[in-house]
Amino acid sequence: MEKIKLATVWLGGCSGCHMSFLDLDEWLFDLAAAVEVVYSPIADLKHFPERVDVTLIEGAVANEEHLELVHTIRARSRLVVSFGDCAVTGNVTAMRNVIGNSAEAVLDRAYRELPTHNPRIPDEAGIVPPLLERVLPVHAVIPVDVFLPGCPPPAPRIRAVLQALIEGKTPEMIGREMLKFG
Amino acid sequence: MSVVTLTINGQDVSARDDATVLQAAREAGIHIPVLCYLEGLSAVGACRLCLVEVAGVNRLLPACTTRVQEGMEVHTDTPRLQTYRRHIIELLFAERNHVCAVCVANGNCELQSLAIEVGMDHVRYDYVFPSLGMDLTHERFGLDHNRCILCTRCVRACDEIEGAHTLDVLGRGAKARIVTDLNMPWGESPTCTSCGKCAMACPTGAIFKQGSTVAEMVHHPEKLAFLKTARERREWRV
Ligand code: SF4
Ligand code: SF4
Ligand code: SF4
Ligand code: FES
Repeated sequence: MEKIKLATVWLGGCSGCHMSFLDLDEWLFDLAAAVEVVYSPIADLKHFPERVDVTLIEGAVANEEHLELVHTIRARSRLVVSFGDCAVTGNVTAMRNVIGNSAEAVLDRAYRELPTHNPRIPDEAGIVPPLLERVLPVHAVIPVDVFLPGCPPPAPRIRAVLQALIEGKTPEMIGREMLKFG
Repeated sequence: MSVVTLTINGQDVSARDDATVLQAAREAGIHIPVLCYLEGLSAVGACRLCLVEVAGVNRLLPACTTRVQEGMEVHTDTPRLQTYRRHIIELLFAERNHVCAVCVANGNCELQSLAIEVGMDHVRYDYVFPSLGMDLTHERFGLDHNRCILCTRCVRACDEIEGAHTLDVLGRGAKARIVTDLNMPWGESPTCTSCGKCAMACPTGAIFKQGSTVAEMVHHPEKLAFLKTARERREWRV
């Protein structure tokens, strides 16, 4: 049987979802037998590849790089999974949205109003991707096939979803074990 | 008082004629989700989560404020009701800022539990992200408008059980807010007795004990019905 091509992506999140993924411990061996990891922050690959079967997206869409990447991901992935609360709801990453509908207001708050020393917005062009005016959950930008909530999603929940996807089934997102946010 | 007979989800149920559909269902062990209803407080029919279908009535009726009637045929869990309930919960999440991961009520929240019950895996509405504050001026309690769903359980607990009527609702629609007295900081309220009944009643992370951090706030809504019953039966001399 040909291996399932799995990608995992880290957008505007804390990497906690990926840490929880690594918490799958020895089941990762079983997973490795069934999938080929074609892109991931824990693998050294520069470009998002073509023809991916399953992509887990951790994090919300917060800057222009994220925005471009999610469109590429959607075009090249059969199944897209919103992986964790930041991807599903915006979560902590989107808390900045209450400051106002502008990236400028957010940067002002963080770099001019709050610092006691040297208040200045870092402006090295071409290095840090510009922030979007608003942080968005992934499904506000592209269609999403599976929602895997949790901050972070507990390892058994990640396993249940991946197991179903490997077997070609739709994961059953029902009940506290599978659905609780936070 | 007389007794009427009705059916709920095809099951024969009898109830006092002054009972509500919700009370009759609970007596019979039939679950109807609620949010603004709390035993011990008056029912206001505000959240619409308990809507049920009644044969022969072409609109949906809130179980918490609808009286039982002889021969009534009630359905509590049809696909239509399930769809509406999920929409109601999604709207509540979209309306204010619910960030369960950093919320005092995480793991002990009725809204969060209802999201699980209705199968909410994501919110289909655009989040509003309103800019709302917190009132941390009270010595013992805090009020976080970001988490408030305007169920008014706190208002009713404060008025009906404590008799202080410190809390009320200011404004209408999306602009409505819970306020203390004449919209003054809670800590300066001359009427608040610091009894904590609002904190017992609140279903979410909106009212909490000062000093609670993530997932530490456990409410005790059941204590209010206990207090009320004890008073009505004059179990204490106070
Ligand atoms: S009030 Fe409940 S639903 Fe809202 S953020 Fe807190 S735990 Fe989540
Ligand atoms: S502490 Fe008691 S008196 Fe004060 S607002 Fe809450 S319920 Fe009312
Ligand atoms: S503060 Fe709590 S009890 Fe009061 S209206 Fe808001 S959610 Fe309901
Ligand atoms: S519980 Fe009946 S309307 Fe809220």
